[in-house]
Amino acid sequence: MIFTFEIPLLLLMLVTAAGAILVKDLMSAVLLLGSYSFFLSLVWAWLGAVDVAFVEAVVGAGLATVLFLLTLFGTAPKDTRLRRPPPSLTTLIVFPLLGILLLYAASDIPGFGDPNSPANIHISPTYLERSFQDTHTPNVVTAVLMDYRSLDTMVETVVIFASGIACALLLRRHGK
Amino acid sequence: MNIFLFCVMVSLTILIGAYLYRVLQGPTIFDRLLGHNGISTKAIILLIVMGIYFDRVDMFIDISIGYALLNLVGALAIAKYLEQKGHP
Repeated sequence: MIFTFEIPLLLLMLVTAAGAILVKDLMSAVLLLGSYSFFLSLVWAWLGAVDVAFVEAVVGAGLATVLFLLTLFGTAPKDTRLRRPPPSLTTLIVFPLLGILLLYAASDIPGFGDPNSPANIHISPTYLERSFQDTHTPNVVTAVLMDYRSLDTMVETVVIFASGIACALLLRRHGK
Repeated sequence: MNIFLFCVMVSLTILIGAYLYRVLQGPTIFDRLLGHNGISTKAIILLIVMGIYFDRVDMFIDISIGYALLNLVGALAIAKYLEQKGHP
């Protein structure tokens, strides 16, 4: 099929991202970023990464919106109205070049679902074959996250915990 | 059946585009808020249709319930913000 469904979703994502940059007050930018996360989550779900889609929905659309709003509580009304200067000449030259460079690099990435890509022939077959005998867990993703890469997951959890504590300290109410 | 579901998904995406126009263009913050809520309801429906398309409805319904709950939390936070700050 020539027309794939992620193209309209990616177009919507582009529109929301550009809108979040161009819009005039911060509240609307927060709403647009929430919509952006919804579309990104739909793209993940369409590509089959359901758990990533769930995390994107929880963190991007739910938690980030609430955190942005808590930040907006601490700003004065004059800060939430934006007047942006027009972009400089350097910006207009460098960023399209950077985009072209990234597109050129992206042409080397193996296609989606390619069975001969390095990600699919290096270690994934071993995980798929042996994870049940090794860990006795029916879900392969859980086995990889919680057993084969358990130290990695533990340190990730520490990072998330530390950032949660930092947010709670920064956003606590004063005057108690 | 798959072609029908695909057409449903594409038309839902076009509907999302209509909401997105209101979010981008809306003169007041309430237009943008309503547009955002509409987008999230359409996203929930789109996820369930996607689940039927892939024959894995059980998994996708979990995400869409999460979406709906988070949408409620976000809407409550925005309402609280507008209540305390006054709308611009």
